[in-house]
Amino acid sequence: MPRLNTPAELETLRKKLVKNQSASRPCITVCCGTGCRALGSVKLVDAFRAELAKQGLESSVDIKETGCHGFCEKGSVVVIYPQNICYFHVKPEDAADVVAKTIKTGELVDHLLYKDPASGEKLVYHQDIPFYKYQERTVLGDNEHINPQNIEDYIQRGGYSALVKALFQMTPESVLEEVDTANLRGRGGDGFPAGKKWRTTRDAPDPVKYVLVNCDEGDPGAFMDRSIMEGNPHCVLEGLAIGAFAVGAKEGYIYVRAEYPLAVENLYAAIRQAEEYGLLGKNILGSGFDFIVKVHEGAGAFVSGESSALMTAIEGRVGEPRPKYIRTAIKGLWDKPSNLNNVETWANVPHIINKGAEWFRSIGTEGSKGTKIFALVGKVNNTGLVEVPMGTTLRDIIFKIGGGLRDGKKIKAVQTGGPSGGCIPENLLDSPVDYDVLSKLGSMVGSGGLIIMDEETCMVDIARYFINFLSDESCGKCLPCREGLRQLVEILTRITEGKGTMADMDTLEDLSGVMSEACLCALGQQAPNPLLTTLKYFRHEYIDHIKNKHCEAGVCKALLTFYIDPDKCKACMICARNCPTDAIKGGKGLIHTIEQDKCIKCGACLDTCPAKFYAVRKISGIPIPDNVPSEPIPLNRKAE
Amino acid sequence: MEEIKLTIDGREVTAQSGQTVFQAAAAAGIHIPALCFHEQLEPYGGCRVCSVEVVTGSRSKVVASCVYPASNGLVVNTNTEKIRHIRKVLIELLLTKAPASKPIRDLAEEYGADAARFSHDASFCVLCGLCVRYCTEVKKANALCFISRGTQREVTFVPEIASRECEKCQQCFDICPTNFIRANFEMAKALTFGTEE
Repeated sequence: MPRLNTPAELETLRKKLVKNQSASRPCITVCCGTGCRALGSVKLVDAFRAELAKQGLESSVDIKETGCHGFCEKGSVVVIYPQNICYFHVKPEDAADVVAKTIKTGELVDHLLYKDPASGEKLVYHQDIPFYKYQERTVLGDNEHINPQNIEDYIQRGGYSALVKALFQMTPESVLEEVDTANLRGRGGDGFPAGKKWRTTRDAPDPVKYVLVNCDEGDPGAFMDRSIMEGNPHCVLEGLAIGAFAVGAKEGYIYVRAEYPLAVENLYAAIRQAEEYGLLGKNILGSGFDFIVKVHEGAGAFVSGESSALMTAIEGRVGEPRPKYIRTAIKGLWDKPSNLNNVETWANVPHIINKGAEWFRSIGTEGSKGTKIFALVGKVNNTGLVEVPMGTTLRDIIFKIGGGLRDGKKIKAVQTGGPSGGCIPENLLDSPVDYDVLSKLGSMVGSGGLIIMDEETCMVDIARYFINFLSDESCGKCLPCREGLRQLVEILTRITEGKGTMADMDTLEDLSGVMSEACLCALGQQAPNPLLTTLKYFRHEYIDHIKNKHCEAGVCKALLTFYIDPDKCKACMICARNCPTDAIKGGKGLIHTIEQDKCIKCGACLDTCPAKFYAVRKISGIPIPDNVPSEPIPLNRKAE
Repeated sequence: MEEIKLTIDGREVTAQSGQTVFQAAAAAGIHIPALCFHEQLEPYGGCRVCSVEVVTGSRSKVVASCVYPASNGLVVNTNTEKIRHIRKVLIELLLTKAPASKPIRDLAEEYGADAARFSHDASFCVLCGLCVRYCTEVKKANALCFISRGTQREVTFVPEIASRECEKCQQCFDICPTNFIRANFEMAKALTFGTEE
């Protein structure tokens, strides 16, 4: 492909691409995002290719490997165009059926259709499936149409038209004004207004400036940025180039986790292609604007997502935060003004430039505009990536899109915003997702993690889990973060083991308060959030652990006891055979008993005891009933 | 250099632009405690014991005075109840690592820190980084470095350099607030340098 030298040449290419793609030509799109890949979607693509060849259709049907569709729960996800038929859980062995029926005759393959769990009805089209129906997929929408390794797919769908608009119809000031008016807030953590940050960098006196992309997404269970970078890297590059034009940067850096191999691969491919097409590099489309992008692969540190640590890492040093009393927007990478935004923030920019600030402002709430992508995970039926307008309630996300909780369980809480976020209880689920509302509740929108928890979740244990995660990820430079987290983990572990005291509660709160004031960077300052929100909304669980040695969720092993109900045990030996520590005594005709000293509380006996017997019991905070013998007794003794 | 005026603990203080709050306070005879600060070294902001309150309008925020730039009209409080409490807790955390250190015990006494509040995990090193930074910035020998991160972080000698440079220098021994670097050196010498030969 020769380099594009003018906007007109880009437009000509786009028209050609649109024309070449006949609307009626069948196309099988297969999600090749990381989730579906893990479920074998690459093999599925091969199977489709082989099948089309076998049935003589290779020249009349297209196959496209796309980015993540978001419905990872149901992978591999396949959509057949032009009809827009969605198939889920598609395996390579289904390829023959799909080609023979759907492609050749238009007949549906019933077992691959979405079955509505409530009504049992089969749903065929994208727009009818609740998971997609209630979303507004502005940023993610292109993922399911684009092969991320092919820039022409992006161009065909209007890609780089926003960059053309910015370079040829706007000034850096008017681009900045547009983003500012749109009130685009950072999608990575604190929700800082992007326009304000851009302006600070633009106004900083140093003429050498940088724009940076933060793709160091490391929250447990979060994969928003990953899916954008893997599925549609050009939208990030386009947004970044527009930002560079607005702030006056000629160089951009993308910090991407090396643990995201597909994102790294697709990103390199995207940069190479954009350079070949003249959409990055010198004199972009003849505008006189030069912009190059470099990639920095991270070395596996969560804290490198913090702006100053990220910049230190790009400089080639250990990714540790440095004091930011002079903002990185003024003095950042190599002490130059550096504007850092998260992947999703950049991905919104082309849309804002194309459709205007007023369009963006029409979506969302007073203080939070546009859409936000959430990683919906945990005990919910439909896990995956969802994009909704700001202001959507948590309840709607969980129940309308997420399809409610698994196994009919009751929801207890939702953890928002990643490890530095907090747990919001069931009674506050009607809160809208909005930067200011969630932070008032003690949590945050953060990068967009939503972990759904049911009644079998112990909130003390959850707090311990997140604090422990942060303790592992602390860089260790400042005392309150390093030693404070160590102490918090220790105290929380003690409470989950039933060894806590009421004085520990005061210590937790006091130490958290000091950490949020005195730590060097946001990792330490926000680290107590999961603890403070659980203390606020689930205080009774802490007290229950301390005073009653009772874990109501049945999670904290030290507070659990397993025993076998002598009235129910049929002496079948199944539990005994499955016990990994040989703690179950008994034999044929002998009611089984558990040797408590040997029991490691793994629950294998409970899981394997046949449901019709239901003899194994898990208790917490109460003694084993008196009728439970300590040694095996003959089975028929019950009758006596 | 431009002269600037700021208010520290209610007193108007004159300082030079480019100075930190810590330096401005020290020049005016106002003592702020610190552990990781050293005149010859770049400020680090690690121990946070020098935390002070900076007041803007009705809001105040806690900052590390050793790295916070002094500016015209800035209002700083170095010794409020809140700041004293933060320091007390920080010192309690320091005591878990180096309970016998003289400078830390002195601070503990001054701030009423409770040595028994947190469980002790004495490593004797408080990771103030004075030794590492002194070796890098002043001696330019790079014989010391940090390894691992978070709670696993440690100071270690780089055997190839330390076996050559350290015996004759030993200047970091005197700036270590806990004496641990001396012990660390003897241990490294006995266990690590020998294997290099």
